[in-house]
Amino acid sequence: MDIFYSIQLFSDWLTYDVFKLGQNSLLGSSLNFFIYDSVKILILLAVIIFLVSFLRSFLSQEKMRKLLTKKYPIIGNVLAALFGIITPFCSCSAVPLFIGFVESGVPLGVTFSYLISAPMVNEIALVMLFGLFGLPVALLYAASGVIIAIIVGFLMGKMNLEHLVEDYVWKIKAGSLTLEQKMSFKERVSQAYAYTSDLVKKVYLYVLLGVGVGAFIHGYVPSDILVKIAGKVNFFAVPIAVLIGAPLYSNAAGTIPIIQSLIEKGLPLGTALAFMMSITALSLPEMIILRKVLKPKLLGIYIAVLTIGIVFTGYLFNLVL
Amino acid sequence: MKIQVLGSGCTNCKKLHELTVEIVKELKLDAKVDYITDVSKIVELGIMQSPILTVNGKPIMVGFISNKEKIKDLIVEALE
Repeated sequence: MDIFYSIQLFSDWLTYDVFKLGQNSLLGSSLNFFIYDSVKILILLAVIIFLVSFLRSFLSQEKMRKLLTKKYPIIGNVLAALFGIITPFCSCSAVPLFIGFVESGVPLGVTFSYLISAPMVNEIALVMLFGLFGLPVALLYAASGVIIAIIVGFLMGKMNLEHLVEDYVWKIKAGSLTLEQKMSFKERVSQAYAYTSDLVKKVYLYVLLGVGVGAFIHGYVPSDILVKIAGKVNFFAVPIAVLIGAPLYSNAAGTIPIIQSLIEKGLPLGTALAFMMSITALSLPEMIILRKVLKPKLLGIYIAVLTIGIVFTGYLFNLVL
Repeated sequence: MKIQVLGSGCTNCKKLHELTVEIVKELKLDAKVDYITDVSKIVELGIMQSPILTVNGKPIMVGFISNKEKIKDLIVEALE
C-alpha cells in the first residue's frame, strides 16, 4: 500500500468536501496537488532529516578525517564522496574543513572529492526528489553526484595542484583537540530535534512557494509545451539549464517542486537533473568563501571541472533514459 | 572572562555573535564578546566546523543552533 495514501485522502477531503471544488475543475486539481505535495514533503523532510541527524551524531568529522588520511588511491576519494552525502554542508564550515583536512594530511584530491559531493548531494534535495519522483530518481541523483565527486577529485589529485592553495594554509598548525563528548541518547535526540526544527523553519516557505508554482503549472500550463523548447531535440538545453541553476542556491527547496511539474510537461529528466545539481553544487556563497583558501586559478579549475561533470551527467541521462 | 565567537564570516556566524551579545547582556555578565573571523584560529583548536563559541578559550558549542535558550544554558554551564 502507498504509505502516502492517507495524505491523499486528507487532501481530497479538504479540496472536495471542505472547499467544495469540482473533481474535474482546474482549480480543484491544482489545489489538491498543492495540499498533497506540500504536506507530504514537509512530513518527509522532518522525519528523514531527523533520522539522518540523529545517526550523524555517531560520526564526527574528526573520526572521518582520520580515516581519510590513510592514503589508498581512489578509496580515499570514494570514502570522502560518501561522507559528503551524510554530513551537513554549510558554506560556513567549508574553509575550516578544507584547512583541517589538508593540514592533517588528507590528500588534496580526496579533500576535493568531499568538497564536491557535500554540497552537490544535498540532503534537502535528496528528500524532495524522493518525495516527488520516488526512490529510483533520488538514488540516481545521489549516485551521479558521488561518481562526479570521485572522478573529479581523483583527477584533481593527479594534477599536483598543491601550489595553487593559498600559501598561508600550509603554515597553520592544526590542533588536535578532540571534542569527543560522550552524548546520551536523550542529548542525541534533542540535538537532532534542534537541527531538524531549524532546517524546516528555514525551508518551509520555499517548499510552499515551490509547490504552489508547481501546482499552478500542473493545472494551467498546457502539456508538451516544454518538449518544444527544452526537449531532447534542443542540444543546448542542458548547458542552459546549468547556467540558470547556478545562481539559485538557497532555493533548492522551492525549485524541485517546480521542476517536477515541468517534467510532467515534457522536460527531459537529464536536463532536470543537471539543473538540480547546478543549483546545489555551483553556489556563489560557497565559491566566495573557498576563494579564501584557493588561488583564483584553482578555484577556476574546481568550478570548470564541476560544471563539465554536471553537463555531462545531464547528457548521459537524456541519452540512456 | 572571555567569550569568543569564531567564524568564517557567514550569516550563521553573525547570527551567533548577535545572540551571544544579547545573552551576555541579559545575564548581566562582565564579559566582552569578541567576534573573530580568522579561520586559522578555529583550525588551531582542532575543529573543522564554523561557527564556534568559546568561553575562556574552551569551545562550548560547535556548529550553529538558533535556539537562544540552549546557547544561554551552555554559557551558564561553562561558567559554573
